[in-house]
Amino acid sequence: MVPINYYIILSAILFSIGALGVLIRRNALIIFMSVELMLNAANLAMVAFSSVLKSFSGQIFVFFVIAVAAAEVAVGLALIVEIFKSKRSIDVDQMNSMKG
Amino acid sequence: MTPEIILFLVLALVAIATAMGMLISRNAIYSALFLVLNFTTVAVFYLLLGAPFIAMSQVTVYAGAIMVLFLFVIMLLGAEALPEAEVLPWQKPLAITLAVLLVSEAAYLLITRARPVGDIIPPGAVANDPVTLQQLGMALFQDYLLPFEVTSILLLVAMVGAIVVIRKEKRVH
Repeated sequence: MVPINYYIILSAILFSIGALGVLIRRNALIIFMSVELMLNAANLAMVAFSSVLKSFSGQIFVFFVIAVAAAEVAVGLALIVEIFKSKRSIDVDQMNSMKG
Repeated sequence: MTPEIILFLVLALVAIATAMGMLISRNAIYSALFLVLNFTTVAVFYLLLGAPFIAMSQVTVYAGAIMVLFLFVIMLLGAEALPEAEVLPWQKPLAITLAVLLVSEAAYLLITRARPVGDIIPPGAVANDPVTLQQLGMALFQDYLLPFEVTSILLLVAMVGAIVVIRKEKRVH
């Protein structure tokens, strides 16, 4: 029997690592991966709660989150490719103008 | 220390180590591969929690499709490593301080405020039963049918959106 608090603490740690990645890295791709890590941490907490409460809603919600994350990645990576085409770099420090 | 707790602790160590590896490694491809391992570990956690369907979705969609897309883009752009250029010297220490603060706040709230809500039932007799998978499918296609259909429209919009963003501008006169 694993107490649910262990899962929640693990989820909090993973979320914080993702937030740290968004704050300290300058590579847009790594920042994007950190966002995925944060989504995953939230999913883990939701599945843990759904397992404790013996309810399906958490799992179904996680399924929808995964689908939305897939859509988000498709559009986000297209944007990153487009930014790379105009700036020749994916350093977020260089994305400081609204017009390419 | 039951075997389940030992398994949990080992997997948690792997998950945290791969997340840190993703954060620290200088090469974006290594970061992506670390993240694949992290997602797979989280899938094993889902199995431990008695959610086999979500675990399989995690492996196919996250560790499979999404990370392959990431690897494609990294290799396509050839942007594995950025040149070192420290623009804001105080940014990194401040960020690490804030992240430590976030973890400690979350842990403090969990330890002092959270009521113990119970243990995770071990999967097996109840959770991995095919009947519950059937129930999950029924719930997905009956109670949550509208969100499911909306998700399909969302995926279509994302597909069209990605193509529109990438497409070359055609000059029309």
